[in-house]
Amino acid sequence: MTEAHRYTATEILAILSARQLKDGQVVFAGVGIPLLAATLAQRLRCPGLTILFEGGVVGAFVEPGKLPPSTNDQRCTKRANMVLGSTDVLLLLQRGYVDIGFMGGAQIDQFGNLNSSFIGDPAHPKTRLPGTGGGNDISSLTNMIVAMKHEKRRFVEQVDFITSPGFLRGGTSRADSGLPAGGMFRVITELAVFGFDDAERRMKVLALNPGVSREEVQDNTGFDLVFDAQNAITEPPTEHELSTLRMLDPERLFTA
Amino acid sequence: MTASGVTPYAQLRQDLAQRDKSLREKVVTLEEAASFVPDGASVGLGGSTMSRTPMAMIWQLMRARKKGLTCSRSIISTDGDLLFGSGICDHIITSWFAQGILWGLSKVMRHHVENGSANYEEWSHMAVGMRFRAGGMGVPFLPIRSMLGSDVLRIRPEAKEIDCPFTGEKLLLVPALNPDVALIHVQRCDAYGNAQMDGLQFMDIDLAMAAKRVILTTERIVSNDQIRRAPDQTKIPFFCVDAVVEVPYGSAPHECYGLYEPMMKHMSQYVAQVNKAPVEGMREYLEKYVYGPASWNEYLSLIGLEEILEASQRGRSIYND
Repeated sequence: MTEAHRYTATEILAILSARQLKDGQVVFAGVGIPLLAATLAQRLRCPGLTILFEGGVVGAFVEPGKLPPSTNDQRCTKRANMVLGSTDVLLLLQRGYVDIGFMGGAQIDQFGNLNSSFIGDPAHPKTRLPGTGGGNDISSLTNMIVAMKHEKRRFVEQVDFITSPGFLRGGTSRADSGLPAGGMFRVITELAVFGFDDAERRMKVLALNPGVSREEVQDNTGFDLVFDAQNAITEPPTEHELSTLRMLDPERLFTA
Repeated sequence: MTASGVTPYAQLRQDLAQRDKSLREKVVTLEEAASFVPDGASVGLGGSTMSRTPMAMIWQLMRARKKGLTCSRSIISTDGDLLFGSGICDHIITSWFAQGILWGLSKVMRHHVENGSANYEEWSHMAVGMRFRAGGMGVPFLPIRSMLGSDVLRIRPEAKEIDCPFTGEKLLLVPALNPDVALIHVQRCDAYGNAQMDGLQFMDIDLAMAAKRVILTTERIVSNDQIRRAPDQTKIPFFCVDAVVEVPYGSAPHECYGLYEPMMKHMSQYVAQVNKAPVEGMREYLEKYVYGPASWNEYLSLIGLEEILEASQRGRSIYND
């Protein structure tokens, strides 16, 4: 079996995202891959990872095979330490208790700004998307990991609409706009792991996924990426990572 | 109401002074409760996404053919589709609007918003919560540190950026939201409206405090003695509440914590039907499930005993070790 056939695109997304989390951190996770990846990290090597959900959950331990269909469902509360109101759990971000925010993304640009609101002109949108949910709050107030599919139409030079702020227009524009804390930390796709350079705050390739070339990443991206002279290659998913992930999501709710 | 949409404080106080805050029985039928919601009202909806949605009350408002409602909710799901699709509401204030993450975009929301017949007013999730909280606190705004720098703020002139008078930092002031009526579904309350909620509370306590009227639907009405045995479990006090309606399975096909999970077969069928044909599919759904049934119980029997039992089994399992 070739490397690429051992796992699906969403499986490698979940596994590489889980590797970014550290034991002892407080992570605010959105539904889908973030919820799954945070739960995976908890099972694999971070038993002391505290997962928050916007429904009001502090310290979730989601049950295998019982993934919640949203972060506002009762399943999110299983074995949690506490339930709060939604506003109060979001205020934990503002106070600074959250180390990492973790979300999916529909469209992202070179400065890590995310759009989940409009395709086209907001006054007369071609497509009205679902909107921010907690995304704007999370990305405004903490360090972000974004896990998303890598397609040219999703990786654009400038998003149609900044729903969830990354580094806005780069440089110091984020802090200048009243967002002194947090910012984009990592973007994880099925092709590579990205960070952002310190000065310009543009998206930068940190490591290529196994079997992926620089050209493939650049060809699937709508703006010029920053590359180091020598790129690191990510270790492929282990059998243990894959089997644990599949145990958590046996119905492939989020890893189709 | 001021230009910003904030209700003047004197008006808020006067409205409250005129409300009957006595410890009195408020039990009414769904039909009677619907008469508390005038056409054109601003309506706050409790719960979030697919959880503790006041579905029975929304169902009754559709049957009563209400008009011109503006609805606000933390996150809105298929209830938002129904509000737009039935034509009773043309303006929804929320942070996220789709049927559920499993099904992608709502074609119903897209249809109504993209053709301009309805408005989806987007705020960040915390901003919606802080707007209800300001409303509940009796202040015209609260400061937050999100939305700044984003286009969510650019299209929301109702929010005001300021320099903090103490620190000089940029802050965003979000205006208080005091809905005319709040619709909140709970697991249990007494006939006076002392409401106990299990599990996730979402924004419901702030919403109840902010609203000018509150209609509670409840899975069951318990005695006041039972409430008084565990007053720490009471989340909404009786004097906020104007009507109490006992509606078992009042959130169906959404979930009610500890009692039933979402009825996913019904939800998936619904989504397939309306996303295939946002107007005609919705019309057929409303005919069959909203206007057609003689009662809420008849609506539940259309969802079906098997699905309701399965949802109940999953719902109750949250308490299993």
